[in-house]
Amino acid sequence: MGLIVYGLGLKDLKTNDITYRQHRHLYPNPYTKTFIFSVQMELLVVGLNHKTAPIEIRERLSFPEDGIERALSRVKSFPSLKENMILSTCNRVEICAAARETEKAIHDLKEFFSQYHGISLKEFEKSLYYHVGEEAVRHIFRVASSLDSMVVGEPQILGQIKSAYNMAVESKTSGLILHRLLHRAFHVAKRVRTETKIGNSAVSVSFVAVELAKKIFGTLEKRSVLLIGAGEMSELAARHLVSGGIEKVLLTNRTYERAVELAQEFRGEPIPFEEMNQGLKKVDIVISATDSSQYLIEHDQVAKVMKDRKQKPIFFIDIADPRDIEPKVGNIENVYLYNIDDLQKVANENIQDREKEARKAEAIVQDEVVKFVNWYHSIEVTPTIIALREKFEAIRNRELGKILSLYPNLTEKEKQSLEAMTSAIINKILHGPLTLLKKTDEEAMADLYLDALRTLFQLSEKSLEETDMEKEK
Amino acid sequence: MNIHFFKFASFLYLFGTLAYLAYIIFLKEALSKLAVTVISVGFASHTLAILTRYVEAGHTPVTNLHESLSFFAWMIIGILLVANLKYKVKVLGSFLTPIALILMLFAFALPKEIFPLAPVLKSFWHPFHVIFAFLGNAIFTLTFCCGVMYLIQEHQLKSKKMGAITKRLPPLNLLDDLSYQSLKFGFPLLTLGIITGAVWAEYAWGRYWNWDPKETWSLITWLLYAALLHQRLTVGWRGRKAAIMAIVGFLASLFTFLGVNLILPGLHTYSNW
Repeated sequence: MGLIVYGLGLKDLKTNDITYRQHRHLYPNPYTKTFIFSVQMELLVVGLNHKTAPIEIRERLSFPEDGIERALSRVKSFPSLKENMILSTCNRVEICAAARETEKAIHDLKEFFSQYHGISLKEFEKSLYYHVGEEAVRHIFRVASSLDSMVVGEPQILGQIKSAYNMAVESKTSGLILHRLLHRAFHVAKRVRTETKIGNSAVSVSFVAVELAKKIFGTLEKRSVLLIGAGEMSELAARHLVSGGIEKVLLTNRTYERAVELAQEFRGEPIPFEEMNQGLKKVDIVISATDSSQYLIEHDQVAKVMKDRKQKPIFFIDIADPRDIEPKVGNIENVYLYNIDDLQKVANENIQDREKEARKAEAIVQDEVVKFVNWYHSIEVTPTIIALREKFEAIRNRELGKILSLYPNLTEKEKQSLEAMTSAIINKILHGPLTLLKKTDEEAMADLYLDALRTLFQLSEKSLEETDMEKEK
Repeated sequence: MNIHFFKFASFLYLFGTLAYLAYIIFLKEALSKLAVTVISVGFASHTLAILTRYVEAGHTPVTNLHESLSFFAWMIIGILLVANLKYKVKVLGSFLTPIALILMLFAFALPKEIFPLAPVLKSFWHPFHVIFAFLGNAIFTLTFCCGVMYLIQEHQLKSKKMGAITKRLPPLNLLDDLSYQSLKFGFPLLTLGIITGAVWAEYAWGRYWNWDPKETWSLITWLLYAALLHQRLTVGWRGRKAAIMAIVGFLASLFTFLGVNLILPGLHTYSNW
């Protein structure tokens, strides 16, 4: 969609009072009768996520929460970028902006990423994606509804995007377009959550692990987990458990230093590898992911531990390949042993359900994208209406002036009548077409009408700009 | 009068049970709310049925099989409503209401006339004995349901199936906890039921303990539950073993209540029904 925002009339400011107050900085002089700024704005998203970039790059390009404000003001300093918002989570880093010149803006954003983080563009350019116009709207809606998440349906992303938006509002880098876009995005996310079951089934391995833990232990509060070894998958599972409410994380590794290192990351407690059994006695969940070639945890050992635990249930997750935990361990009472294949199997079963729900969700997103585009279109309509009115008004004034100069003897009352009559004629003529224009939902038709109006009445974009500049003078 | 209330209560229990069964299938919140409301109204009507029957008969209406079954069902529904307040295990109703409904249907089919009280039942201890014994058994019905749910859920998790059943049943830990809590309430009540029974036996038959089949079986039941409680407290028995034991205990108490009356004649047989 060609998103061309010419500006807002005073009328819009009155009806959108809240919008105006929040975005006063964008419209410096609201009290001129019609103020028109001619901006060709396009919505765009530039960024990378878990699908396009490995964790190492995501980490290096991410913005710490307390640094976002500074980053936002840096982005703002590029003249091409009018409104912007930074979303930085552990799975994605992206900037959503409304810009005048798309090409220039994308270039500037790439430069910004590179300069700000001190990484050469070459290193991450391949990982970047760009969405412009309607695609950008769809992307933001999908992200907010958790359709683009690593774990589709996980609820945290909405909170993250909300706080990203709040930071943009606080830094005064969000304007009319982002404001509307994000509020619609929150609405879409809510619709997707209530109208589909996308968030209900566990479709990723680590999410399945959390769901299983909940079916064994009820709530995860006050529960603890022991992480043996390290690896992306096991850390991810642990992270999910922690965000699910796990209270305590114990870590162990053959090299103690590594355990200490990881412990800092999870705010956990490192224990020496030799004292693993002590750990087994205390914790509720064990995630094992070492590259050991033989079993680390064996049947008899666990049987003994269970006695010490007074049969308190324990949940083993074996992510290692080859296995760390002897499969027989799963036969012991109150012991639940799942390996990576078991988890994957459950996840796959859920994926089919999810795909059905995802289709529903995508339909909702599509529906809302269309609505947003229509709105975008309506702010495009407004300036045309203003220009058209001004043109008619100018004609009226000119003709009225002629008449008045021809008949200088007219009484004040007669003059007023003439004034009122001509005004009424213009209003009556314009009423029909303008109402139709405002009501037109269909983009193609609206385009056609606008185009016809502009051509027929010679309201070129240029002339609009000229009027604007004249006014400023 | 009491029969009308009884019939109305039975009808509502049927309706409530259907709502609870629909809930466990469709998992719609509205259904569980509907079920609770209907069951609550049914319980109120049932309460009126028992009160009016008490007034009409002039004694605690637990003297024949119709009355006993109805009384037992009333207690089970009462326990369900109390458990609903404390625990958020909505599917519990889907298990307990069918049991209560079956009891009601049997009670419905049995002769419902009020007979003059047999002399031996005219006792100060009679109401205490039946209230304690039935309340204990009603709570054990809850323990039993928890045990059944636990075994199903545990089987699902152990066999690594995580589907529709797992989703519908509560977490293992919650089931085990509820089972333990109910055991702690049920056991003292059962004990009191047996003690008041013994005291009453002393008045009625001149001996505390007569080893008639009912007494023998209630002792067996008591021993089973005592063993379960003991194992839970000391050895930390839980989960599967505890669930199986709770089921065995319940079957024994069911036999004490019904089987003994129907199969083994003894001092406790007061009427053919």
